[in-house]
Amino acid sequence: MRTISSSTSSSSSIWQLSKLTGAVLLAGAVLAVTFSTTAQAQSESVELLNVSYDPTREFYREYNELFDEFWQAEHGQSVTARQSHGGSGSQGRAIIDGIDADVATLALAYDIDAIHERADLIPQDWQSRLPNNSSPYTSTIVLLVREGNPKNIQDWDDLAQEGIDVITPNPKTSGGARWNFLALWGYGLEQFDGDEQQTYDFVRQVYENVPVLDSGARGATNTFVQRRIGDVFIAWENEAFLSVEQLGQGEYEIIVPSQSILAEPPVTVLDANVDRKGTREVAEAYLEHLYTDEAQHLAAKHYYRPSNQEILAEYSDEFPALDLFTIDEVFGGWQEAQQRFFNDGGVFDDILEAINTQ
Amino acid sequence: MSITPAKRRVIPGFGLTMGFTLLYMGLVFLIPVGAFLLYTTTMSWDTFWSAVTQRQVVASYKLSFGGSLIAATINLVFGALVAWVLVRYRFPGKRLVDALVDLPFALPTAVAGIALVTLYASTGWVGQYLDVFGIRIAYTQLGVVIALTYIGLPFVVRTVQPVLEDLEAELEEASASLGADRLTTIRRVIFPALFPALLTGYALAFARALGEYGSVVFISGNLPFRTEITPLLIVAKAEQYDYHGAAAIGTVMLVAAFLMLLVINGLQWWASRRHG
Repeated sequence: MRTISSSTSSSSSIWQLSKLTGAVLLAGAVLAVTFSTTAQAQSESVELLNVSYDPTREFYREYNELFDEFWQAEHGQSVTARQSHGGSGSQGRAIIDGIDADVATLALAYDIDAIHERADLIPQDWQSRLPNNSSPYTSTIVLLVREGNPKNIQDWDDLAQEGIDVITPNPKTSGGARWNFLALWGYGLEQFDGDEQQTYDFVRQVYENVPVLDSGARGATNTFVQRRIGDVFIAWENEAFLSVEQLGQGEYEIIVPSQSILAEPPVTVLDANVDRKGTREVAEAYLEHLYTDEAQHLAAKHYYRPSNQEILAEYSDEFPALDLFTIDEVFGGWQEAQQRFFNDGGVFDDILEAINTQ
Repeated sequence: MSITPAKRRVIPGFGLTMGFTLLYMGLVFLIPVGAFLLYTTTMSWDTFWSAVTQRQVVASYKLSFGGSLIAATINLVFGALVAWVLVRYRFPGKRLVDALVDLPFALPTAVAGIALVTLYASTGWVGQYLDVFGIRIAYTQLGVVIALTYIGLPFVVRTVQPVLEDLEAELEEASASLGADRLTTIRRVIFPALFPALLTGYALAFARALGEYGSVVFISGNLPFRTEITPLLIVAKAEQYDYHGAAAIGTVMLVAAFLMLLVINGLQWWASRRHG
């Protein structure tokens, strides 16, 4: 019968096709193995993949040259460090899902914790392996206002006043914006002597002044700078400097609040990956070299606060001293902060529900 | 068997082409969607239900489905009009307009979103004049509808256009010579012939709008309960590694969209039988 013959011919073609697909896959695998073994065998050059987040692009571009020079002088081997940039959370997920990165340099420890929890590429104590909570450079959260500071914004409490429009991304989708929220909350706790209810009301008042919750930091910068919406933009200090530099001197001013959070963007070697690729030695050196004087100066040049206090002191004009608290001191670390404030049903959801359904 | 295909087809190869079709559908569509649905089944009914019925999520369904329906309806009317003009009239720059219709397909949606918000923000080129009258588009639900309308425009035009081209002008002349007035000709002659194509375009525009993310997040403002679309909530869930929650909401969207498309297809089938 016709129907039977057509179904057999279709199944046989599927079979042939799967044979073909298998052959292609096999060929691909053979090629991949060949390539990776040749890469291993060549001792005069080595390749690293650094998976990072958005605003470190320019810093690492320069740092990679610096490190290549250093490594070549020491080991006679050239290092090509490739960079990948994106939102910190999605970069972390890319690592979990198997991107072949040697080192991760992300915006917050929470995203690297997830790499331990979900993919087991690194040990639980990854953050204690390098000095300074594995954060070679730090930053803080500051306020960016328009030229001349027309609304006279001096500190966090000014953001809660009526008639002020505050621009900050959504902490549910933006890792950077979680630092903003926590800086605000920490300031509230300090002002109200640890009174949680008053702090909650204060933070709620500020978020009532937020007209747009962009999904990421780049979108929020656009809203403030291109759309010219809002009176004040809560930003990482390094990104605030970049905005001022790139978008016109004199159009914006950076206001350093009396107190803020110490933003620690941490770095780690991805153990399982470097052991498989045989790149552990160079990957570890790549991160350790971030703590050397020349790299610390480079970080300062790209507006990150050097973790080396002596070098930081040299840049006291750019980075005024302010009262900095850490996430561990005030919130007991990222896991607790995430759980309490940003997960579904957490404090942030609560505040936004109260504002938008009142 | 009473109905058997002709012994020899002009172009042989049913087996091969069917094999490719199945493989292609499997690789590109069925395996990802199947894996996704399978993943959803690993969660308990209670977790699933509480994830998909959170108040914030329910508010986003209203905006996503409501906004998509409105946008598809706008495109239905104006898309048909554009198709009509492109098929029935000659005018300078016609080819250009014809090519422009496809632009929303090609433009990265993020670019569209940024362009729209540049226009419609209260400081934007268009927005500043509307602002005088108290009309706000960017960061409101209206902005969401505009973005969804923009990305859905080509679908109705491109489905209606070929059908209109096949529809001979003689039919209208015949209708007129038999004494029908213009409205009757449209109602009884043109509309029935276009109806299936219109429905297809409507369904495609609707489905496209429902899944749209890139352009909307720029113009919506993403305020929970007000301007937050469902795809954004899925991203927010994934961001906190709540893959179950993300998959649950995704399933609701998938099932709802599938049901709506099924209804529209049914309607189309019914219409083509009635008028065919």
